[in-house]
Amino acid sequence: MFKVISNRIIAPGIRRIEILAPRIAKKAKAGQFVVIRVDEKGERIPLTLVDWDSERGSITLVFQEVGVTTRKLGRVREGGYVLDVTGPLGNPTEIKRYGVIVGVGGGVGNACLLPVMREFKRAGNYIVSMIGARTCELLILEDELREVSDELYIATDDGSRGYKGFVTDLLKKYLEEKVPDLVYAVGPTIMMKVVSSITRPYGVRTIVSLNPIMVDGTGMCGACRVIVNGKLRFACIDGPEFDGHKVDFDSLINRIRMYKREEELALSFLEKRGGEDHGV
Amino acid sequence: MVSKRAVPMRKLSMDKRLTTFEEVALGYTEEEALEEAKRCLKCKLMPCSRLCPLNIEVPEFVKCIERREYEKGLNIILKANPFPAITGRVCPQEVLCQKECTLRKLGDPLAIGRLERFLGDYQIENNIMNLNVPEKVRGSVAVVGSGPAGLMGAVELRKLGYEVTIFEALHEVGGVMVYGIPEFRLPRRVLRFYVDYVKKLGVRIEVDVVVGRTYTIDELLREYDAVLLATGAGTPKFLGIPGEELNGVYSANEFLIRINLMKAYRFPEYDTPIKLGKRIAVIGGGNTAMDVSRIALRLGAEEVIVLYRRTEVEMPARREEVENAKEEGVKFMFLTQPIALIGDEKGWIRKIKCIRMRLGEPDASGRRRPIPIPGSEFDVEVDNVIIAIGAEVNKLIQRTTPGLKVDKRGHVIVDKYGRTSIKRVYAAGDVVTGAATVIEALAAAKTVAHTIHRDLSG
Ligand SMILES: Cc1cc2nc3c(=O)[nH]c(=O)nc-3n(C[C@H](O)[C@H](O)[C@H](O)COP(=O)(O)OP(=O)(O)OC[C@H]3O[C@@H](n4cnc5c(N)ncnc54)[C@H](O)[C@@H]3O)c2cc1C
Ligand SMILES: Cc1cc2nc3c(=O)[nH]c(=O)nc-3n(C[C@H](O)[C@H](O)[C@H](O)COP(=O)(O)OP(=O)(O)OC[C@H]3O[C@@H](n4cnc5c(N)ncnc54)[C@H](O)[C@@H]3O)c2cc1C
Ligand code: SF4
Ligand code: SF4
Ligand code: FES
Repeated sequence: MFKVISNRIIAPGIRRIEILAPRIAKKAKAGQFVVIRVDEKGERIPLTLVDWDSERGSITLVFQEVGVTTRKLGRVREGGYVLDVTGPLGNPTEIKRYGVIVGVGGGVGNACLLPVMREFKRAGNYIVSMIGARTCELLILEDELREVSDELYIATDDGSRGYKGFVTDLLKKYLEEKVPDLVYAVGPTIMMKVVSSITRPYGVRTIVSLNPIMVDGTGMCGACRVIVNGKLRFACIDGPEFDGHKVDFDSLINRIRMYKREEELALSFLEKRGGEDHGV
Repeated sequence: MVSKRAVPMRKLSMDKRLTTFEEVALGYTEEEALEEAKRCLKCKLMPCSRLCPLNIEVPEFVKCIERREYEKGLNIILKANPFPAITGRVCPQEVLCQKECTLRKLGDPLAIGRLERFLGDYQIENNIMNLNVPEKVRGSVAVVGSGPAGLMGAVELRKLGYEVTIFEALHEVGGVMVYGIPEFRLPRRVLRFYVDYVKKLGVRIEVDVVVGRTYTIDELLREYDAVLLATGAGTPKFLGIPGEELNGVYSANEFLIRINLMKAYRFPEYDTPIKLGKRIAVIGGGNTAMDVSRIALRLGAEEVIVLYRRTEVEMPARREEVENAKEEGVKFMFLTQPIALIGDEKGWIRKIKCIRMRLGEPDASGRRRPIPIPGSEFDVEVDNVIIAIGAEVNKLIQRTTPGLKVDKRGHVIVDKYGRTSIKRVYAAGDVVTGAATVIEALAAAKTVAHTIHRDLSG
């Protein structure tokens, strides 16, 4: 049982939760994730470690309430409990001095971008962050990202903040003028696909942090398999980061959709069961 | 005159077998156990005992059954094996204790497993637990993994006077016995009884700890006098053919984890889904393939076909389970090897391109090697494919533990006493041998527990 210290809305449909998990807080590194299971009947889902505090013994996650598990997690109140939190999982980002790094984030991916850019900055890199969201309200962690970035660019689909259009357009324009030493992208799979196709002609090393469906998160099921360089790799133990130029994004996009119908069914089932709260 | 035939095991009625996860083999009644026990010849040479990896004194406990001294018989088993209700159910007896039973010359070997299970069930019914452990604490050991090897190692070490903590990556205890072997072969109440026993002995169990990530082996060595690696061989193998990324294709492990661990068969009451169609192909010929097929039937599949590249004789599955699978309606296509998986425009699996095989000369395993017959390709139409061709050792610990020697296939290398290349680190079970059996994992862990004891007290 893992105690929830705080759980609050930071944008419509997006929450930031702090959970007591001392052994994970001590070990966490940028680029890693945890697997959580909210309650006895719950599914195991992966969420990225956005922040951690080894002294407090806590970890912070940012999640979008899209389906059953994230809704359930959203309902756990301060002082309540999450049944299982396992981690830190996945390989940490290889932090070293590349030179100029462009970080591209989209949606909740902006939260995942934060710890990685923070560490890159500490390692002496020049950080250019590009963050995007559908609309200005959904733009999360802007201040925190600004703090770790030398330059920060914003794009919203509706133009309510910054550039009107996709964050990938910003990257395209940037590349027309300058070629960075590394591009790091995290967000919707389609965004990472576009990022990789934009950088390919420039030959810029591009790292993407993939988010396939996972079950155990420890290499035991193969649900998270993706094709990288023509071979099956398990995102939970071989990744989650891969060379974006070698990832078969189309099959990944297809796999993420596999349970669409079931997910809708589960959600309506949850809603019918009503608003039972957890762990209070 | 002894009967040639073993007393048959009663089974669940077929309608229930196809719709529930209730246990299929119902176990012997007292009368049946008494009748079967009578058949034993009490052979002086005890080939049964010799071929049991834990050397259980078979004729001794059988004698006790005959005399209705059940607790005494049980204690004879418990000296060697703390988990009789498990092994009695899942051991491949036909290649172990029953293999050279003298009764074979007459007919059926003694049904040793069934008699062992009888006493194991007696134990559970009467809640018999021997909880004696030495008072003096000799040291402390971290056990990594809570499958049969981990549980056995923990029990043995506890009995030798060690403080033991088991670290388990998943949220439940039992390894393959909880996420792999289905309830209709190993009911969870049986496993729960023994996990409870292990806890009552004073073993601490911490779930949700992935060693290599949450703690490294190095860190464990700072806190504990020794580390026993019992992490199994849990990483699914894929065929390496085109199309394995298609939706509708599962590894056996994913399928089993979704069903057994996450209870996807009760979706949406439970949150984890599984997506199955009418016609399901299962690739492989071992216990896992049989389990997966039988589960698929219970989930309402109309047709389940096992594709195996050799013939029935070479199938490594327990005989009894092959028979059960056939009775329940699982179909088999032997000498069939998939060469590509083909999907529809939505990226869902639709058919398997296969090639016919023939058997050639025996290979290293002693089984005849399958050879493809050129030009014999054909398609099998399916809604799902479940790949059950085996599992290998997870690379996680190896990657995060510098200095831990493994062989080409990733198996941890140990000496004959279970010592790895790192001082104070030991290993037992599937992580050493590759996918094997519960009883072999138990036997290996027992040996290693005693090595640890010798090394720590020496
Ligand atoms: C390594 C990793 C790190 C992740 N980190 C985060 C994070 O920090 N914050 C966060 O909000 N999400 C993150 N995700 C995605 C998150 O795991 C899914 O959103 C979650 O599983 C949804 O569960 P659910 O039961 O709430 O929704 P479901 O009912 O399972 O799904 C609802 C909707 O979400 C979509 N969806 C399902 N799974 C995924 C997925 N893996 N990726 C994208 N969309 C999905 C479905 O298509 C559907 O439209 C991460 C995924 C991975 C693999
Ligand atoms: C479907 C199926 C059916 C089977 N049927 C039979 C049968 O009928 N009879 C039989 O004798 N055998 C059977 N087997 C084989 C048998 O289950 C295994 O040989 C046996 O369980 C091996 O025991 P183990 O303790 O070595 O490993 P496992 O049972 O695999 O247990 C290993 C445990 O370690 C945990 N772990 C792994 N890595 C880590 C880590 N880094 N940190 C913490 N924990 C970790 C795992 O989560 C797991 O719980 C079957 C196997 C399968 C898959
Ligand atoms: S433990 Fe297994 S091999 Fe040994 S006697 Fe029992 S059933 Fe036979
Ligand atoms: S070999 Fe068979 S008959 Fe002889 S003692 Fe063993 S179980 Fe009994
Ligand atoms: S999530 Fe199961 S192997 Fe990666």
